[in-house]
Amino acid sequence: MVRGGQDLRCGANCERIATVCIVALMILAMHAPDGFLDAGTALVTALISVAVLAFALRQAKSQLADKAIPLAGITAAFIFAAQMFNFPVAAGTTGHLIGGALAAILLGPSVGVVVVTIVVVVQALAFADGGLTALGYNVLNMAIIPAYGGYAVFRLFRTWLPKSTGGVVGATAVSAWASVVMAAIAFSIQWLFGASAPVSFDDVFVAMVGVHALIGIGEAVISSLAVGAVLASRPDLVYGAHDLDRAQLADTKVKTRTFVIGGALVALVFAAVVSQFAVDNPDGLERVAEDTGFIQSGADHAWADFMFADYATAGISNETLSLAIAGIVGTLVTLAVAGGIFLTLKESRRRDTAPV
Amino acid sequence: MSAQVRVAGVEFSYPDGRAALRGVDLVVESGERVAILGPNGAGKTTLALHLNGIYQPSSGTVTIGDLQVVEANFSEIRRRVGMVFQDSNDQLFMPKVRDDVAFGPANLGVTGAELEQRVQSALAAVGGEALADRPAHHLSGGERRRAALATVLAMDPDVLVFDEPSSDLDGAGRRELVSALSSLGLTQIVITHDLPLALELCPRAVIMREGRIVADGETRAMLVDATLLAENRLELPFGFQLGGPLEG
Amino acid sequence: MGTGHSHALYVHEHSPLHQLAPEAKIVAAFGLVVAIAVTPRQAVWAFAGYAVIAAGLVAMSRVGFRFVAIRLLAVAPFVVFALFIPFIATGETVEVWGMQLSVEGLWGMWNILAKAVLGASVSIVLTATTEIPEIIRGMGVLRVPVLFTSIAMFMVRYLELIADELRRTRLAMTSRGYAPRWLSQAAPIASAAGALFVRSYERGERVHAAMLSRGFTGTMPSIDDRRATSSEWAAALSLVALAAFVAIAAAMTS
Repeated sequence: MVRGGQDLRCGANCERIATVCIVALMILAMHAPDGFLDAGTALVTALISVAVLAFALRQAKSQLADKAIPLAGITAAFIFAAQMFNFPVAAGTTGHLIGGALAAILLGPSVGVVVVTIVVVVQALAFADGGLTALGYNVLNMAIIPAYGGYAVFRLFRTWLPKSTGGVVGATAVSAWASVVMAAIAFSIQWLFGASAPVSFDDVFVAMVGVHALIGIGEAVISSLAVGAVLASRPDLVYGAHDLDRAQLADTKVKTRTFVIGGALVALVFAAVVSQFAVDNPDGLERVAEDTGFIQSGADHAWADFMFADYATAGISNETLSLAIAGIVGTLVTLAVAGGIFLTLKESRRRDTAPV
Repeated sequence: MSAQVRVAGVEFSYPDGRAALRGVDLVVESGERVAILGPNGAGKTTLALHLNGIYQPSSGTVTIGDLQVVEANFSEIRRRVGMVFQDSNDQLFMPKVRDDVAFGPANLGVTGAELEQRVQSALAAVGGEALADRPAHHLSGGERRRAALATVLAMDPDVLVFDEPSSDLDGAGRRELVSALSSLGLTQIVITHDLPLALELCPRAVIMREGRIVADGETRAMLVDATLLAENRLELPFGFQLGGPLEG
Repeated sequence: MGTGHSHALYVHEHSPLHQLAPEAKIVAAFGLVVAIAVTPRQAVWAFAGYAVIAAGLVAMSRVGFRFVAIRLLAVAPFVVFALFIPFIATGETVEVWGMQLSVEGLWGMWNILAKAVLGASVSIVLTATTEIPEIIRGMGVLRVPVLFTSIAMFMVRYLELIADELRRTRLAMTSRGYAPRWLSQAAPIASAAGALFVRSYERGERVHAAMLSRGFTGTMPSIDDRRATSSEWAAALSLVALAAFVAIAAAMTS
């Protein structure tokens, strides 16, 4: 019964801010529980994860030979332990490491995927952290995307940055940040398909990606400094720096170029987040879009209605723009993961044909 | 059954070029107990890891009984030579002690009731039946040491190699270790900084320095040679005096 | 993220659930949770049924309801999220206690709450009645690749050791006056993490040498060939069948 009572819903922006705060709270738990996304999404992400994991296992096996088991196991324990410990963020509040990109850079992308997946699976099965039916998207978001996707970003930045320890550390920082943001983007897009509650995609996207863009800074700092520490004592243990010779390893300067390119990435993500924010205040944006013929008013979104969860698309004022942004960032994330998979194949082929 | 250990002209360098062994010759007869003494970095552990093929020499040979330590023979060599590592945590890697003790024989193809029986007798030999179902990280230093020994005994070895076996033991633990090792009639090679242990357990001692053997003889004779000890950075514990009426 | 993993949730008891073979328990847990997840939210009666089943499992496990309730706090952040949804969701509203709450939002809240709490309860009973190495062994029986399960086994074995080392390093740092509050002061922690990684890797190499020394040739030997009996499977599968029946009935009547 609708009556004139106290209306606690405070308008679009207020809702958005509330969502951001709540999402920040959720990140404390991070391993999504059962029922968070609908069954169809849970199933599809599970199938994707199993397929990619099977591939990663095969790659990992060939890369590590028989040392695989104790080494991977103990480094998995290291990642698990590292996730448990906190580092200061601001004014005494603390943050935790996710470690997907770090694992990929230290151990190689496929071994990294396997190791972090094992951490996530054991957390669910043995520590009841994360729903059993949520394993599909938890593994996808916390292991596969950060490790393969992060590694692709790492290699990309390695080509742009100088070939030195400084370059490796810089590339680590950017890819660690990117890995966290990509995981957030992936989760938002999964929400678009499988929202279990009427919180719109826009709200979830802004909250998740916005908050993780900040959290990613901590991940970037810790990951890059840790890799730097390992490079200082045992450079042979950093997979991502195997191409450096002794002279290059000695060069520890981190050039301004890193920060410029990294800053450009941050700006891109910022733009994506703000544009989703702006979609709800469409006046200026919508007029421009209408003028340029970008949106057709009253368009029929039949195909969208079929694929996307009603909940996720309801309440979005400008569905086309919103979905366009989703499409762009989603494609970027997919490209990054595909890049990681391609790289791992290429590197294993090189290993197989290299003179022993 | 025991086996003779024969090391002839072994040289070995690490991948980064550091020379670790510069020509080592050593023969340990079947059933003999030899202590390997020497300063840190002398190459004692490196030499030990040649005895079961973990490292392979750049020149020279290692023979256990009638078998040379080459890849083709690794399986049998690793049955014959049981290695007890310095850090017991490194060789207790299974969920429970019982699983660790079973690991070795299982690799040799032993299964079922026979496997169970081997596990039981190996644990009994070290007085560790109570440890069977405990996880390694809940054990004390002495218990871990005994469990590690059991994992090796389960393979029915001919030669035992110990790397610093008394390093994390208290007094009672040392006493138990000595009595356990004295009762085993196998060839034993004991790397140790614990000179009283060397004296108690091994009639013969060998001193290594900078990748070579610099002394080889009766343990007692070596330990009263103050110059020899000083040259090799060895020192008897404070208040310890050889040649007195208390020496057994 | 990832707080509160300090100790596994296993509770040492002697209950029928504790004795049950791990592979059967894993299958039962998954079956139950999948049924809960696919049940349409309107079928409130079905969730009541699942709650009865879950409560029965908790009782059978003898770990205590208070124990389960405390562990359920882990899903608290998502519960808070769910509780806010009726306030921030769009659509038709209804008045509750003088507040305008979204109808769809209330249903969405219920959906997440019911499934998250019930799913977590099942997980908690599984972990409370099964030691971690047994869970991993059960996974192996269920045909999870041996590379995966053996890595997991090593991880579990060395987790406490490595966590302890990290704790001791932090203690040493704190004892020397290190009390960072800002990310810019976090460098020593990262260095410590890097050093720990190197030490862990080197331990991994030593463990590998120890494995080789005991005859390891690349594949883990099979040591434990215990398997679930047919009566254990019957018990587990009948639970799954019951849950499936409820889920199907709920789907058909909604």
